[in-house]
Amino acid sequence: MSELKKEDLLKAYRTMREIRDFEERLHKEFATGKIPGFVHLYAGEEAVATGVCMHLNDEDRVASTHRGHGHCIAKGVDILGMMAEIYGKKTGSCGGKGGSMHIADLDKGMLGANGIVGAGGPLACGAALAAKFKGKGGVAVVFFGDGASNQGTILESMNLANIWNLPVIFLAENNGYAESTGVKYNVPTPNIADRAAGFNMPGVTVNGNDFFAVYEAAGEAIKRAREGGGPTLLECKTNRFYGHFEGDAMTYKAPGEVKQQREECDSLKIFAAKATASGLVTAAELEAIDKEVAALIDEAVEKAVAAPNPTEADLLTDVYVSY
Amino acid sequence: MSRKISYKDAINEALSQEMERDGSVIVLGLDVSGGSGSEGQKSDAWGGVLGVTKGLSLKYPDRIIDTPISESSYLGAAVGAAACGMRPVVELMFIDFLGVCFDQMMNQAAKFRYMFGGKAVTPVTMRTMYGGGFRAAAQHSQVLYNVPTHIPGLKVVVPSTPYDAKGLLIQSIRDNDPVVFMEHKALYAMKGEVPEESYTIPFGQANVVREGKDVTIVAIGRMVHTAGQAAASLAKAGKECEIIDPRTISPIDWDTILKSVEKTGRLVVVDEANPRCSMACDISAKVAQDAFKALKAPIRMVTAPHTPPPFSGALEDLFIPSAAKIEAAVKATM
Ligand SMILES: Cc1ncc(C[n+]2csc(CCOP(=O)(O)OP(=O)(O)O)c2C)c(N)n1
Ligand SMILES: [Mg+2]
Repeated sequence: MSELKKEDLLKAYRTMREIRDFEERLHKEFATGKIPGFVHLYAGEEAVATGVCMHLNDEDRVASTHRGHGHCIAKGVDILGMMAEIYGKKTGSCGGKGGSMHIADLDKGMLGANGIVGAGGPLACGAALAAKFKGKGGVAVVFFGDGASNQGTILESMNLANIWNLPVIFLAENNGYAESTGVKYNVPTPNIADRAAGFNMPGVTVNGNDFFAVYEAAGEAIKRAREGGGPTLLECKTNRFYGHFEGDAMTYKAPGEVKQQREECDSLKIFAAKATASGLVTAAELEAIDKEVAALIDEAVEKAVAAPNPTEADLLTDVYVSY
Repeated sequence: MSRKISYKDAINEALSQEMERDGSVIVLGLDVSGGSGSEGQKSDAWGGVLGVTKGLSLKYPDRIIDTPISESSYLGAAVGAAACGMRPVVELMFIDFLGVCFDQMMNQAAKFRYMFGGKAVTPVTMRTMYGGGFRAAAQHSQVLYNVPTHIPGLKVVVPSTPYDAKGLLIQSIRDNDPVVFMEHKALYAMKGEVPEESYTIPFGQANVVREGKDVTIVAIGRMVHTAGQAAASLAKAGKECEIIDPRTISPIDWDTILKSVEKTGRLVVVDEANPRCSMACDISAKVAQDAFKALKAPIRMVTAPHTPPPFSGALEDLFIPSAAKIEAAVKATM
C-alpha cells in the first residue's frame, strides 16, 4: 500500500463502488424486463479491473470481454453513456448500435467489450505493436476469463507477444466458471498462470478480490512492459456474484457458494477494511462516496430511460468510413 | 398426429432418438450438459445455452460431452471423429462463432471427400443457432447460412417448423456428408405437430407452405412465418401468394421453385440475411436464368440491409425483414 496516497485510495474505492452499483442496478432493472439483450454482470470482480486500470492512461489500450462493464468504468468510460447504450438509446456510448456486449470508447483507450470469447488477445497484440511503433511507452491489456484461456486466439497471442516482445499484459480473470462449466474441467493446470512458462514469460497468480494484491502485481507487469521487458500473464482469482448472464439460475453453483463469497470475498468490504485500517481514509469518506455514486447511478438510469431511440436514419450509417 | 411440441423439444427428441438407435452418435459443445467441474449440479446444469440438449446427459452421460471454449479444436475434433467412424453432432453455439473455427468446417470437413478421391466419409452434423430478434447485437444475431451454402461439400439445412426440425435433424445425423443444421433462436418456443416416432425428411425437397396463383414467395427459416403473415394480409386484398420453404438450401429443390414461378409469373425472395451474395441473390439468379420467360415483373428481394445487425430494438425491428416490407414487395410485382 506504500505508494498509494489518500486520493488514490478514494479514487479506487469510487471506481469499485461505481462498478458494483452499476451492476446491481442493472440486475434490478433487467428483472423488470426493461433491458434488452444479453447482459453479463461484473459484480464481485471489481478489484481486478480497478487494480489494473489505475496504472493506465488514455494512451494505454484495453481489450475487454462480454463481461465488460467493469473494465469500461475503470478505464474511464462515461457512465451515463454506458447506461444509455445498455438501454439501446441514441445517447449511448455507441449510439445504441452495440449494447452491453460492445461498449467501446476509443478516446479512453477502451477497444471494446467483445461478444467473441478470446477475441481480445490478438487485438491487444496489435495495440501493443502500435504502441511499440509510437515509442511512448504505451501498453495494452487483454482481459479474458478462465473459459477464454482455452481459446486458440489467446494462446496464439501469448506466443506472438513473447516472440515480438510486445508490451501486453494477459490478464486472466479466473472466476471459476465459464458459463456453467467449472475451471477444473476446462484447465488442466492448477493455475492459468502456469501456462506462462510455456511461453517463457512471467506468470503470476493473485487474489483478485484484493485490490491491493492486484494493484501491486499489475503495477509490476505494466512497468516491465513499459520499459521494454515484454508481456506478463497475470491471473486474478475472483468470483462473480450473479449468473453467467441475467436469467441464469446458477444450479451449477453449490448451495451457499455465492452467499459465502459475498460474505468472505467481497472486494469492496476487503478494500474498505484495509484502507481504513491504514489510517489514510475514514469510513465517513467512503460513505460519502457511496452516496455520490448512488446519485450518479440514479441519474444514469433516469437519463437513459428518458433518452430518445435511434431512428431509421441511423440504421445505415457507420458501416464504413467511406463507401 | 395431434401431439404438439416446441421446435426446441423436437430437436431434443431427434437427438435422443438417434442416440438411442446408434451408439456412435455423440454430442459435443459448450455446456451441452453443463456443470462439468462445477461445485454444484455437475451434469445437465444447462443442456446448452438455451436448453436444447436439456436432459440428454442424464440419459447418455458418456456421449453428451462438454467442451472448453475452443471452437476450432472441438468442432474440428467432431470432424476428425466423423472421418473415423463416429457420427458426431457438434454444437456451435451461435453461427457468429463460425469465424473462430471456419477452417475445420470449410477446408477440412467440406473437402475430405473430394480431395481424397471419394474415399472419405465424414458424417458430422454441425448444429448452430442463427438470426435476429433477441437484441443480441452484431456478433450474436447474424444469419450467415449462405456462407456454408457457398462451399461445395457441405449440406445446409434450415428448418422452419418443429416437424421439419425433427425430421431434418434425424436425416442430417444419418446423412453421410457434413451437414450444417441452422436453428433460428426465435423459433425454439414455437409449437407444432410432431410425431412421436422417428422419421426423416429427405434433403432437397421444398415444402409448398401455401398455394396461390398470383406470386411466388420463397422464404427461408423464420422468414417463412413472416411471409405467411404477409400472405394472409394480401389474401384479404384478393392477392393469392404461393409460399415455398426450401427447407434445405444445399441441396436446394429448384424444380419446385421454378414450377411455381412458371405458374405465377412473379417472384419475391425473403431472406433474413444481408443482401450481398445471399440466398436471395442465388434464388433470384436461378429463376432469372431458367424461368425468365415466365416472369411478368422484375424479381423482388426482401432482405436485411447491408449493415451489421444493430443492438437497439428500435433499429433491429427495421433491420429484420417485416411482413409489411414483404407485402410492399409483392405489390411492387403486380
Ligand atoms: C467464440 C465464443 N464462444 C462461445 C461464446 C459464448 N460464451 C459467452 S461467455 C462464455 C463463457 C466465458 O467464460 P470466461 O471466459 O470464464 O468468462 P466469464 O464469463 O466467466 O467472465 C461463453 C462460452 C462466445 N461468446 N464466443
Ligand atoms: Mg470465468
